[in-house]
Amino acid sequence: MSDSRIYLDHNATTPLDPRVLEEMMPALTGAFGNPSSIHDWGQGASRIVELARERVAQAVGAEPEEIVFTSGGTEADNLALVGAFLARRDSRPKVVVSAVEHQAVLGAAALVEELGGTVEIAPVDKNGAVELASLKKIVDHRTAVVSVMAANNDVGTLQPVREAGAIAREAGAWMHSDAVQRLGKLAVDVEALGADLVAISGHKIYGPKGAGALYVRRGVLPRAVARGGHQERELRAGTHNTAAIAGLGKACEMAAQRFEADADALMTLRDLFEAEVLERLEGVEVVAKDAARLPGTSSLLMDGVEGESVMIALDLEGIAVSTGAACQTNSRDPSHVLVAMGYEPHRAHGALRVSFGRSNTPAQATRAAESLARVVKKMRATTPLRGV
Amino acid sequence: MSDHKGTVLAAMSGGVDSSVAAALLVERGFRVIGVTLLFRPCDDDASVNWCCGVGAAEQAGAVAGRLGIPHYTLDCAEEFERDVLRPAWTEYERGRTPSPCVHCNRAVKFGFLMRFADKVGAEFVASGHYARVVDRDAEDGPRLMRGLDANKDQSYFLFSLEGQQLRRVLFPLGGLSKPEVRELARQHGFRNAERKESQDACFSYPEGGFAEGLRVRFSGRLVEGSFVDDAGSRRGPHKGIHRYTVGQRKGLGIAFGTRAYVTDIEAATGDIQVSADPQRLASKGLVAEDLSWLGTRAPQKDESLSCRVQIRYRHRAVPATLSVEDDGRAVVLFEQPQDAVAPGQAVVFYREDEVLGGGWIASSLSAACAAE
Repeated sequence: MSDSRIYLDHNATTPLDPRVLEEMMPALTGAFGNPSSIHDWGQGASRIVELARERVAQAVGAEPEEIVFTSGGTEADNLALVGAFLARRDSRPKVVVSAVEHQAVLGAAALVEELGGTVEIAPVDKNGAVELASLKKIVDHRTAVVSVMAANNDVGTLQPVREAGAIAREAGAWMHSDAVQRLGKLAVDVEALGADLVAISGHKIYGPKGAGALYVRRGVLPRAVARGGHQERELRAGTHNTAAIAGLGKACEMAAQRFEADADALMTLRDLFEAEVLERLEGVEVVAKDAARLPGTSSLLMDGVEGESVMIALDLEGIAVSTGAACQTNSRDPSHVLVAMGYEPHRAHGALRVSFGRSNTPAQATRAAESLARVVKKMRATTPLRGV
Repeated sequence: MSDHKGTVLAAMSGGVDSSVAAALLVERGFRVIGVTLLFRPCDDDASVNWCCGVGAAEQAGAVAGRLGIPHYTLDCAEEFERDVLRPAWTEYERGRTPSPCVHCNRAVKFGFLMRFADKVGAEFVASGHYARVVDRDAEDGPRLMRGLDANKDQSYFLFSLEGQQLRRVLFPLGGLSKPEVRELARQHGFRNAERKESQDACFSYPEGGFAEGLRVRFSGRLVEGSFVDDAGSRRGPHKGIHRYTVGQRKGLGIAFGTRAYVTDIEAATGDIQVSADPQRLASKGLVAEDLSWLGTRAPQKDESLSCRVQIRYRHRAVPATLSVEDDGRAVVLFEQPQDAVAPGQAVVFYREDEVLGGGWIASSLSAACAAE
């Protein structure tokens, strides 16, 4: 029986591409050596890691020496922020992050604070883009690093990373950008972004979980957070996850080759879905509709229902979506992104995130819109808001 | 797809009872959706290992995984605080002893779940309570019965559910004993089969107990005062009226030289009456308020009702006569005087094993004095 379910939560994670899996298999079977070992087994494994490094570098317009493999986007963000703080705290004990950063960046910033540093949050406008004028006021000669994500995971808003980077550079601060959501959907070029540090992740681009990377511009030297062996130019200790790294490399290569075509398809699916929803349902707002945003991400705010209930009702129909703040799935706290954008918390409770991917079809987009409209109408008709 | 007997939301706390309840529903052919309610915020330290906290949700999720059913975690900390914790503190502040589980069942557990069931199109809501619902579709409403295991029966906590709610409630454990449930848990390989009882764990606080925990939480007033004995002598200060309950003997924090009980708590003066005379703890009856009746079981005005009444969870229901006054309150007269009638506690009226209704104890009728 074929799977009639519809997966519309690609911002959370994506399925592994079969060609990526194929690339991973040798490292899971014959090439089991430790890449740090001198002997032939080690060298075989090392070749796998270095090929992946070249592919990742190529995909983001960097040199292979500028790529540090990590266990994923979260670790890359932690290395960028905490590592920058550790390296520069004597004269620059401050980090600046935008209000809509991923939990990985906000969590790393909290760790900086725990270690004695200070954190300042740059506000965003109603579309979720960081306010450059405010950022300029906050970033100063005591700032170690500025972190502004390339594209927001909840609402898809693209950030003015380049402009933020110019502000950082003027103050002598390093510029970090979490590009986890942008990679594979739009071009990620470290020069065009104007960033010194860029985090990416494998499983958001049809690669494996457990692999990510931090681009570290030559001359920029954060201090390692995970300490131990000498791997990754002493920036990230620990035996390489060879298979996952191989998969990350292949996934990056494929993403770089096909992102333009993918973006067109994702845009078409999303626009179709949003048009179908708006046609069927009153009281829905598409967040940041007129802002520059990721092609496949749709954030909806629905009156009179809670996103969580809608999500579960859709799941029971075999349609996977998300309520946005996915890293706090058990919490009813509204998305910090929507709150930062100025939405009232009670309104933010009606948020739903739909994120398309390579395998989705127009028929699925339409069916999802139909189901969503039906579920929401039924909820509005039968029950009051939770807790009312 | 629709060859099942209906869709049911099963409340799953991660404990043995609700796990077995969910398993039985799956076996009976229902389409079961597991739901864990989170009652405390995730940043609450106590929540990690707590029966309704994040750890519980993980356990419940593991059980659901074994059963092959979907499982969701719903945060209802807000409702729990508003409908259970705050009213409980208000009672303590008035020198009364709240029954938070009753409020929790009506307003949060079942109220919340019913609303959620409506949203996702589930006909039924189930829990691992030891109670039974029979004659579900009877004209005068379904009947709520005690669970067959007399030691585990929890119908006392469920009396205030409305007929509309009961019609949709399933209690798969109502006909089972606790040992049978444990055996079923073992057969299913549930890791929690041997776990000890977690009754009332929702209201356990690490320091100072539930009442003091509430006082801190709501920055409540500390009503201080003295212990006063039968002779009217002040026997020393107590730690605040919220820390005591009528009938309490242990933990009075003062030596009376003899076994002494709390017989009355006066919120207005802060006095706590204590007595070494068990007679003074006894009441010949009570006044109950905020009555609710299941179906058409309420007695007519001027008509007295003979029934059994249960005045706290661990109390064997005793014969009594009940009459409803003009002001809507009920006067309940016991056949035999009863000890420790605590204002604020639920009083539940039974005929045999059937719950007729219940209310809240407003005051006790002293056995020593003549009726007012």
